[in-house]
Parts: sequence; C-alpha cells; structure tokens
Amino acid sequence: MLLNERLYKSLYRIRRAEEEIGKIYPTDKIKSPVHLSIGQEAISVGVCEALRPDDVVFGTYRGHAMYMAKGGNLNAMVAEMYGKETGCTSGKGGSMHLVDPDAGVMGTSAVVGTTIANAAGTAYALKLKKSDQVVVSFFGDGASEEGVFAETLNFAALKQLPIIFVCENNGYAIHTSQCKRQGRPEIAARAEAYGIPSTVIEGNDCLKLYDATTSAVESIRSGGGPVFFEAQTYRWREHVGPNEDFHLGFRDPAERQPWVENDEVARIGALLPDADRVAIEAEIEAEVAAAIEFAEQSSFPPASELMTYVYATEYATPSAAAPVKKAA
Amino acid sequence: MTSITLPPNETQNQTAGGGVDAGDREISYVEAIREATSQEMARDDRVLIYGLDVDDPKAIQGTTKGLVEEFGPERVFGTPLSEDSMTGVAIGMALGGLRPIHVHIRMDFLMLSMNQLVNVAAKTHSMFGGRLKCPMVVRSMIGKSWGQGAQHSQGLYSYFMHVPGLKVVCPTTPYDAKGALLAAIRDDDPVMFVEHRILHFQNGPVPEQDYVVEPGKSRITAHGDDVTLVGISYQQLECLRAHQYLKDVGVSAEVIDPIWLAPLDTDTICESVARTGHLIVADNGWTNCGAAAEIVAQVTEKLQGKCEFKVQRLGFAPTSCPTTPSLEDEFYPTAQSIAASANDLVKGGPQGWFPEERPELAAVEFKGPF
Repeated sequence: MLLNERLYKSLYRIRRAEEEIGKIYPTDKIKSPVHLSIGQEAISVGVCEALRPDDVVFGTYRGHAMYMAKGGNLNAMVAEMYGKETGCTSGKGGSMHLVDPDAGVMGTSAVVGTTIANAAGTAYALKLKKSDQVVVSFFGDGASEEGVFAETLNFAALKQLPIIFVCENNGYAIHTSQCKRQGRPEIAARAEAYGIPSTVIEGNDCLKLYDATTSAVESIRSGGGPVFFEAQTYRWREHVGPNEDFHLGFRDPAERQPWVENDEVARIGALLPDADRVAIEAEIEAEVAAAIEFAEQSSFPPASELMTYVYATEYATPSAAAPVKKAA
Repeated sequence: MTSITLPPNETQNQTAGGGVDAGDREISYVEAIREATSQEMARDDRVLIYGLDVDDPKAIQGTTKGLVEEFGPERVFGTPLSEDSMTGVAIGMALGGLRPIHVHIRMDFLMLSMNQLVNVAAKTHSMFGGRLKCPMVVRSMIGKSWGQGAQHSQGLYSYFMHVPGLKVVCPTTPYDAKGALLAAIRDDDPVMFVEHRILHFQNGPVPEQDYVVEPGKSRITAHGDDVTLVGISYQQLECLRAHQYLKDVGVSAEVIDPIWLAPLDTDTICESVARTGHLIVADNGWTNCGAAAEIVAQVTEKLQGKCEFKVQRLGFAPTSCPTTPSLEDEFYPTAQSIAASANDLVKGGPQGWFPEERPELAAVEFKGPF
C-alpha cells in the first residue's frame, strides 16, 4: 500500500472510531472516562507508520490514537471502553489504560508523565539485549513540567537510549494554557539542553512527522541515541468526554478554527484518488461498526474476576485478611 | 561484626524457612546479599542492579562490592539522583524482559519513588488485565543511631503493605537475606526488600548453595508459652534479647519473625497466640496504621471469639526521630522496654519491673563518625 493510503487509513480509522465513541458516550454504555484524540491523530499516525510492528510505544490517558495507530486491536479497545471481558485488559483498565503487547503497545497511564520513564526503561532493556527495536514515548505539554520528564531526558542522553520522545503539544493541560504554566514555552529547547537532538514539528503535519521519525529510526537502529520531537497540535474537544468546552471561556473557538480548516485527516484524504479514498472509508466504516457490535455483544466479566491478576506469582498465603464479601 | 548468640535449640530454627543446612559456614548479612546478587546475576543474565552509588568505592555497605568487575557497567551501574525516573525505568526494564534490582541506600529516599511504585509497578499486572508483568526488586535500608535523624531512620514498609500488587520482605538474618533476595528476584511481581543497617553487621549461618526463602511461613525463632513476641526487621533482635530478659521474671516468651510482610503468614502467629494468650508486635515504625497494627488486626479477626488474648503494639515514639542520644534512646522500643511491656501484659498490669541492661545482650550500634 502506498504511504498516503496507509496514513489515511490510519487517520480515518482513529477519527471515525472516536466520533462513534463520542456518540455512544452519552448513552452510558461506555463505562470509563474517555479523552478523545480528535484533532491530534496526525501525531500518532505520522510517528507510528514509520515504525516496525515490533517497535514499542508508551503513551497517555489520551491514548486511543496511539493505540490504534500502532496496530492495537480495535475490537478489544471498544470492548474495553464498554467494560466487557473481551476488552484489551478484560475490563480492568478502561480507556485510560489501553495495552496490546502483541502490537507493541505497552500501556498508557492516567498519571501525567509516568510512562516517560517506563519507556526509557524498556529502551534500556532493548539496548542491553542488542536489539535494534526502537521505543517511542508519547506525552503531552503538561508532562514536560513534571520532574520525571527532566530526570528521564538526562538518563536517556547519558545512556544514549534507543528512544524517540514525542511531546504532543496541544497547548492546554485540561483548561490551563501553556503560557500560564511555563516560563519558557520552547519544550524542544529544554530537551536540546540535555544533549538530545530536538525538532519542532509545526502544523499537526503527518507527513513531516513521518519523515522525521523515519530519519530518527534509521539513526537509532544504526546505534544512535535519543531523539526528541515537539509536535504542535490542537485538541478539538473537551479534556474528557465527547463535547466541546468553549462555553467555559478559557479558550476561543477562533483559536481552533485554523486547525479545523487544516484538518490533517481531510488533507491526507485529498491526496488520494477519489475511488481509493472511498474504498478505504467504506472498509473502515465496516470495521468500526463491527467493533461496536463486538463490544455490544460481549459479556461483562463475572464477579469472580475481581481478584484475578493481583499478583503474577501467587503464594498460598493471602497478602491480607480475606475479603469479607465473597463473590457469588 | 557480631552475631546474636542463642541457645542451640533456638539456633536450629535459623534454617526453618528454606530448610537448607549451612554447616559451619558463617557470613555477614552484607556478604549474604552480595553473594545472592552475584549468584543470581551469574545464573540469569536478565538480572541487573543499579541505583545511587551502587558502583562507588563504598558499594552500598559492601553489598554490591565487586559486581561491576564481575558483570560489567551495563548490568551494574550508579545512576543520576533521580529516584522517580529511575523507579519508572525499573518498571520499563521489567516490561522489556529484564529483572532489575533498584537499590536505595536509605528507605527515606523511597518517598521520591512513590508514584511509580504505587501508581505503576503495583498496578501493572492487574490494571492491564494480566497482560504485563513487573518483576523488579527495590532494595532499601533503614538507618538507626548515631544521630542519623528524622530523614535517615524511617521504616516505611507499611506504606507498601497497604497496596495490593506489591510484596514486602524484611529479612533479619543473613540466611533469610540471601534466600529472600533470591526469591524476590525470581518473583514476577515488584518486591520491596527492606534491610536494616544494623542488621548488616550480623553474622550467621548461610549455605553457599542456591535456596529461596519464599512468602508463606513466619519463623518461630524462640519457643515459649506465656507471650508471643513478633519482631519485625531489627526489632526481631530486640525481641530475642527480650526473650532472655524475661527469663529473669519467669516469663516464657515465644518469638516470631514474620520475614515476609506481604504476603503475610499470620497462621503461625495465631497458633502461638492461641497458646500464649498474649501478643506483642515490636515494629521499626510508628504504631499508627503500621505493620504492627496490621498484624494485630489480622490476628484479632482470626482469633476473636475462639480464645482469650491480649495485644499490644510497640514502635517508634509518635514523633520524628531526634538526633541527640538522650532523646534518640527514648524513641525506639528496646529489648528492655519490650520485656517490661511483655511482663506487664502477661501479669495483668504494671509490675514496676524494667530490667537492667545486660552488656552481653547490648545492641550492636552503627558506629560513627562516617
């Protein structure tokens, strides 16, 4: 498949899956708070299309796009949001804790910044094993204010780890703009200060990110150290949930307007011949509908699943007094 | 270095957990940890060890001495002063197929790692529906004496006992230090391995061969009929000394070392308390919401209505640890204060007995200046 077709297929899948999730959300069928990536899909797609299936990604609670872009199972993602036993964590994690190790999706976190260090640890493991796999750490502009960001950049530079840091800068941490939180807004410059080659990717540009990631991956696979991208983007909807949030007054619809006008899903789609684009869209529509149907038809996990997977190594002695209430 | 000398019938229990006979071989707690680490790193190339000062000349009290020469700087290294990130890195290493040992020379420093330990490591297996595992060991050391003060003296293991998904072990003897460390490294869950700096000076029988001390069995370290003394980590030594003091007033104390605090074997403790009718738990931490509180609560839940018994917790005075000796001496439970409390508990009220310190049972202090 041609690159533009691959990019569009991934972009369109994420957009449509999330739009449908947004429509279902008010019905209360989805049992987990969702943080939609709508508007930001180009970052995950541009990066992940330049990776191999055995490369590894770590991300955030706004992780649907990364999960899907890296090849995470769509049925399992939607079922997870429904809280069903067929979900990617069998109903234990929900939307904010997606995982698909078979696709190299090693987990997302609801605590800002935490997976940056986890990604670096896996990068260390791969380097020690002399693997040529690459790790990508996705995080937001808010995470760049956490101590773990600075600590991990220093360690990655020190050990020359095979990792790409991708800061998805959408300008807001929940409802607080970056200019209210950072004395100096150039996040990439901070990474550069640790000795990590850093690039700002402007304009939510999927193709530029694809090219930059391709170069970074080549460099890392041939023994190079970490690379940092500050990818500028914009969150179209509210922090959590399917709605818009302009009524809160912290940002103006005019600010979003250019991002919508330059929608990367539409722009990449327009690069394809109409017939090809329509065929891709039809395929994705069927895939998304099937995923929703799969989630609808799946069962909730039985009560007996409550105490599964607390420990990977079990011993006869319980860790505490037995729960009083026994599952039926 | 000094070892606590026990009567022969009591030392036999030193090997009860792993059941491996050490013969005449006796090494220190420090050497037991070093030996376990070295043997396991040689056996399993997924194991690596790192942390502040791991590769410096002092080598974490000697527990990591020679490892960098043996296994190289990629598997043995010191780190930047970044406990938060380095804990997250351990989790990532575990996800990447390694079995990291992350070392903290002070347990107090673990407070900088809490987010990764509680929010990530503890939850990796359950939150991701069993699809990921997080085998890692976090070694840390509790300090005591010679003015180490409020931020170098804390035994904070109860914080980790509270969180499902974490395991906690506080070995007291060199035998358990080696066996529990081998068990911890081979465990597929995050294990908090808690040492006490004074215990580092203890010698004891340790087999050279491979063995594990796994969760599931508390160890009876001295037999008795009148009161059960559960001593955690360093307080286990104080309880063994209290056992000796109590003979002077005709009180026969059973002493139990839980070894693993999570998972915790309270059955052994309950069997003892059902016989003695009295339980004292001496802890290296504050009593409020502490390990002693948890042990007392579990024993009470299991035994209430079945037999009569009395309980008492002993731990740090409810304040920050002071530095000056005249106050620091009052901060900790001691063999004498444990013995006095046990005597009062058994005899049903204040007896006015507080034993004179016997030099042959005196604590082995961490000697300054350093």
